Amino acid sequence: MALKIVKGSIDRMFDKNLQDLVRGIRNHKEDEAKYISTCIDEIKQELKQDNIAVKANAVCKLTYLQMLGYDVSWAAFNIVEVMSSSKFTYKRIGYLAASQCFHEGTDVIMLTTNQIRKDLSSPNQYDTGVALTGLSCFVTPDLARDLANDIMTLMSHTKPYIRKKAVLIMYKVFLKYPESLRPAFPRLKEKLEDPDPGVQSAAVNVICELARRNPKNYLSLAPLFFKLMTSSTNNWVLIKIIKLFGALTPLEPRLGKKLIEPLTNLIHSTSAMSLLYECVNTVIAVLISLSSGMPNHSASIQLCVQKLRILIEDSDQNLKYLGLLAMSKILKTHPKSVQSHKDLILQCLDDKDESIRLRALDLLYGMVSKKNLMEIVKKLMLHVDKAEGTTYRDELLTKIIDICSQSNFQYITNFEWYISILVELTRLEGTRHGHLIASQMLDVAIRVKAIRGFAVAQMATLLDNAHLLTGNTQRNGICEVLYAAAWICGEFSEHLEDPMQTLEAMLRPKVATLPGHIQAVYVQNAAKLFATVLRKHDGETESQAAQETSQLLIDRLPLFVQSANLEVQERASCILQLVKYIQKLQQKNVEVAEEVTALFAGELNPVAPKAQKKVPIPEGLDLDAWINEPPSGSESEDEKPKAVFAKEEPKHSRSRHTEVDEKELARRREVRKQEQASNPFYIKASPSSQKVYDAPGVEHIPVVQIDLSVPLKVPGMPMSDQYLKLEEERRQKEKAERKKKEKKKKREKRGKERKADSGPESEEDITPAHQVDIVTEEMPENALPSDDDDKDPNDPHKALDIDLDKYVPHCRHLQFIHVLHIVMCRNEFFSKTEIYDFRRIQKKMLCSIETRLNQLSWFPVQKSSKHKKKKQKKEKEEKEKKKKKRHHHHHQHHGDAGGEDSVQNGTVEEEEPLPVSQSHSVSLKREVKVYDIQGNHQDESKVVVSVIFENKSDSFLKAMEFNVLDSLNSKLQRPEGAGAHDSLTVPFQLPPGVSNEARFVFSVQSIVMPQKLKGTLTFIVKSDESSTHEKLDFKLHFTCTSYLITTPCYSDAYAKLLESGDLKGSSLRLEGINMPFHHLLARICFHHHFSVVERIDSCASMYSRSIQGHHVCLLVKTSDQTVSIDAKCDEPSLLGNVLDEIKQTFSKC
Amino acid sequence: MMRFLLLFSRQGKLRLQKWFMAFSDRDKKKIIRDVTQMVLVRPPKSCNFLQWRDLKIVYRRYASLYFCCGLEQGDNELLTLELLHRYVELLDQYFGNVCELDIIFNFEKAYFILDEFIIGGEVQETSKASVAKSMEEADSLQETMEEYLNKPTY
Repeated sequence: MALKIVKGSIDRMFDKNLQDLVRGIRNHKEDEAKYISTCIDEIKQELKQDNIAVKANAVCKLTYLQMLGYDVSWAAFNIVEVMSSSKFTYKRIGYLAASQCFHEGTDVIMLTTNQIRKDLSSPNQYDTGVALTGLSCFVTPDLARDLANDIMTLMSHTKPYIRKKAVLIMYKVFLKYPESLRPAFPRLKEKLEDPDPGVQSAAVNVICELARRNPKNYLSLAPLFFKLMTSSTNNWVLIKIIKLFGALTPLEPRLGKKLIEPLTNLIHSTSAMSLLYECVNTVIAVLISLSSGMPNHSASIQLCVQKLRILIEDSDQNLKYLGLLAMSKILKTHPKSVQSHKDLILQCLDDKDESIRLRALDLLYGMVSKKNLMEIVKKLMLHVDKAEGTTYRDELLTKIIDICSQSNFQYITNFEWYISILVELTRLEGTRHGHLIASQMLDVAIRVKAIRGFAVAQMATLLDNAHLLTGNTQRNGICEVLYAAAWICGEFSEHLEDPMQTLEAMLRPKVATLPGHIQAVYVQNAAKLFATVLRKHDGETESQAAQETSQLLIDRLPLFVQSANLEVQERASCILQLVKYIQKLQQKNVEVAEEVTALFAGELNPVAPKAQKKVPIPEGLDLDAWINEPPSGSESEDEKPKAVFAKEEPKHSRSRHTEVDEKELARRREVRKQEQASNPFYIKASPSSQKVYDAPGVEHIPVVQIDLSVPLKVPGMPMSDQYLKLEEERRQKEKAERKKKEKKKKREKRGKERKADSGPESEEDITPAHQVDIVTEEMPENALPSDDDDKDPNDPHKALDIDLDKYVPHCRHLQFIHVLHIVMCRNEFFSKTEIYDFRRIQKKMLCSIETRLNQLSWFPVQKSSKHKKKKQKKEKEEKEKKKKKRHHHHHQHHGDAGGEDSVQNGTVEEEEPLPVSQSHSVSLKREVKVYDIQGNHQDESKVVVSVIFENKSDSFLKAMEFNVLDSLNSKLQRPEGAGAHDSLTVPFQLPPGVSNEARFVFSVQSIVMPQKLKGTLTFIVKSDESSTHEKLDFKLHFTCTSYLITTPCYSDAYAKLLESGDLKGSSLRLEGINMPFHHLLARICFHHHFSVVERIDSCASMYSRSIQGHHVCLLVKTSDQTVSIDAKCDEPSLLGNVLDEIKQTFSKC
Repeated sequence: MMRFLLLFSRQGKLRLQKWFMAFSDRDKKKIIRDVTQMVLVRPPKSCNFLQWRDLKIVYRRYASLYFCCGLEQGDNELLTLELLHRYVELLDQYFGNVCELDIIFNFEKAYFILDEFIIGGEVQETSKASVAKSMEEADSLQETMEEYLNKPTY
């Protein structure tokens, strides 16, 4: 042993330590890679040794090499070894290496869980510290799940050193394992008032980050933060708090009003620029949120703009940059106050610093008007010419296009000018944005009808001009423009002056060097041009020209037939054959022009980019549902809930949906006919999509016909400048005319108030030069506008969007609690509101429920909202009152999206516990209420149903009345004196977004049959303008299972019961059940409220009792995917129904 | 939240990299390459902020070293500059008039200091004294390693 140690230390003497390595690398500058590879070999040797010190040294060197960019992932396991060393020295090295090298994909992370847990609970705070630090870098969802509890405990550690680290790391844990947020939140909140300022600031940091994801949860903390803000002197903390308020104010305008004063005070008093900047930012956020409500906050805006102006004028480039950045935020809501600083911003365009120029460019976007657009773009074009570096030039290019095309070309008065700008931009070499220019050209040419003639002429010139073809087409993105040019020339070829020439240009051999997709367009549009040429020469007796054209195509097309690009090849050979055939016909003097033209007849309409996405999914279409029964072999436990839903769903929905569809179809057909009748060429946007493109003044800009048809060619002056001049002249002329008119008027109305006509031209005075008919893009009929489009499904923070106030069933009750959803949609809101995918609500709920189940060992659920507490209390009271208690569960949902008749509201689907809804019920957030009904069955004949009403709409709901149509067997208990059909008043009102619970007692006589009760909820929807009466129909479903109570039974009592002979038997066989026996039992227990009496191998006896005291006994046996259930009960029909329900449960999985 | 912190020399040699979120090696390399290139070509006296993809890049040059941070959109750039400055002060305090070589040869110490100062992209300790104290205590626990490594000599 001693020898080994000596040997180890001798070995070490020859090892390189880190310093040696670094020095070595510096000494081997010319053959660094070779030197490092020998070092890595040495390190591999060192890692093989038993001595942990040697290993740690090796790992330390590896960490250095990793930083230099060498792959060290192969040593991950050795890093774990060093991490688990008991000595802090090595542990520290190990964790450092891990935090640098590990990422989510590192598989050895799995091995570290226990080690990290051990280190976290180490008595040495530095052990804990390094573990926490390491964890912050490489925490994975698994680690987060397993260690969340440990870290939570550390949040209350005695040492602030650990507490603050733990608090900060909790944020990482939340990101990876969002379910931990709910239980950890109260403790996090506690830390806001920690005696240690470091911990306090850590908690502020974390809550600030969280609040940026889902501010709503943290609104309740506002008073606390307000206190912190006014008392804190620590700028680090202050900035975070102010930032947090910036996130909260949009939700609560009153908070904003309260904030304005302390924030403006800070702005005036602070000397710290970072704080000042944060304050200005938050004031801007506040003002944005207030902009609708309060008119007299212009002083605050002025203050902000002034401060920002000072920042922009500062010599410090950083402040200049930030000033511009903040200015762009104001621009969105208060463009007027920013526009007055146009001079300053244009000045920034000339700044040396590219970042600042870019920011100034952003601002320009919001400053253009019809009046100054041409001027600003001219300035930008100058910059384009001067700009060095392609990135900045590309940025300018995109900005020019953005500025011009914004809000549907709102500011463009002269589209000829715009086309010439685009053509000028094509002279940029090496830009990546060729496709952008191309799409603009296409967009304008297609949507602005009046410009087509001009556009075609310009495009023909482009095609004819060889400059786009030269150079390396691979790198030169500008050749994309030719795609647009060729298409425009082909599609609108009737406007071409000399189609033959263009055709010739399009078939030059050099075209073959272009990228494949462009060639394909060339070939296709050559055919269109061919058709045009033929038509031009149609009727001429000597069709020499037409035949020449055919010959040209036949000569040139073979080049494309040989193309390596399949698309080009296919089109070319197709068209070549066509032309050959036509040539034959021509030689026989057959008139072909008409037929050839017919090939390209009809017009192509622009389609809105999101059109496909917005096509509503037909009702009843469920792409997730099985078409055929799934093969039983592939079943698995977790698929079960889906199947449960799918099977029962169609029964209720299909008939209804088809009916809706027919009606809907008829309506659509009608609408389409009308549209086509009124406009032979364009299918205008459907009513629903008009809202999307509702830019005033765009569709029908007033018409002033001024003849500018042939632009003058002024030598030595770029085209667009001419337009600028012409436009100015035009405006002058117009102005003069107007003046004349006004004078006339004045003369006529002499004596009346005199108008000052020397004032600046107002926006409205400028009339566009062209008759512009912007065709709106086509949208599918019945398109559903939605805000969902912009949400990034991959956002890592999305999962943190947890509503902490939302009701989550208490975990201990979970096995009894079933949930009923009724989701209602109302047709009249259909076009205005956002789509809300019902499935998402349910999945979210299910996730949280599942988590709860997984977390039974965790601490109790923290209830954060008031009504929840109330509910808990209620439940307690209930428990005291009633010995037997049972929650029953229905999972129902209801969707009605079509049809005018509200009677359809009545259909409610219901299914077994915990399903994942597969139905395609689309409902609306605005007017959706989710009901949680928990049936509380107790007593011989009484059943309590608790209903949670949640108002998901934006309107206030009041005067809610709950009514159920009694059956002979089940009756809603009404107060004495009330009639049998009277409604019960729900004892509360619901402001938007609030939920509350009400309980209703039902009396049930016989429990041997399942029951369905129809019910109606009526209420008044109160919005700002009006209040309307609404009603919502639903169904309550009492299954026989729901009358059973999980009752434990001892095996001797059970045996006696069976021996007594009072029970009648029945049996059930289930085939193809492919699940472990204990799962099967668990499922029966869970869904049907049985308890296991005894279990021997693959055989178990189970027991349950109904609320009226019926005994139900089951003997479950399984062999080879077959389950047989022998059942006995003193009430045969109850037993039959229960067995049916069990069968259903399993047939669905 | 800060996403990453890079230290690199004027020649673009990386001296320290800290990732506050897990990135794949490929992404890391791409970020390092892009960001160093962008920062190094900046002319002097231009502002210290850049926009790179969805991140704000904040950098500052101290002698021959660039300190460079990637921030999320909501973060305060000026605060980050102060943060970088504080880190330099901490290094200075620990090494005593810190220079690039200190960081090269004791890169693990530079990491340890950073870990005491920032965790998971958030500031955990703004007091220089507390950071110094915890560094000292942790170092005293590491004495054996120090012996083994024989103190830096260069």
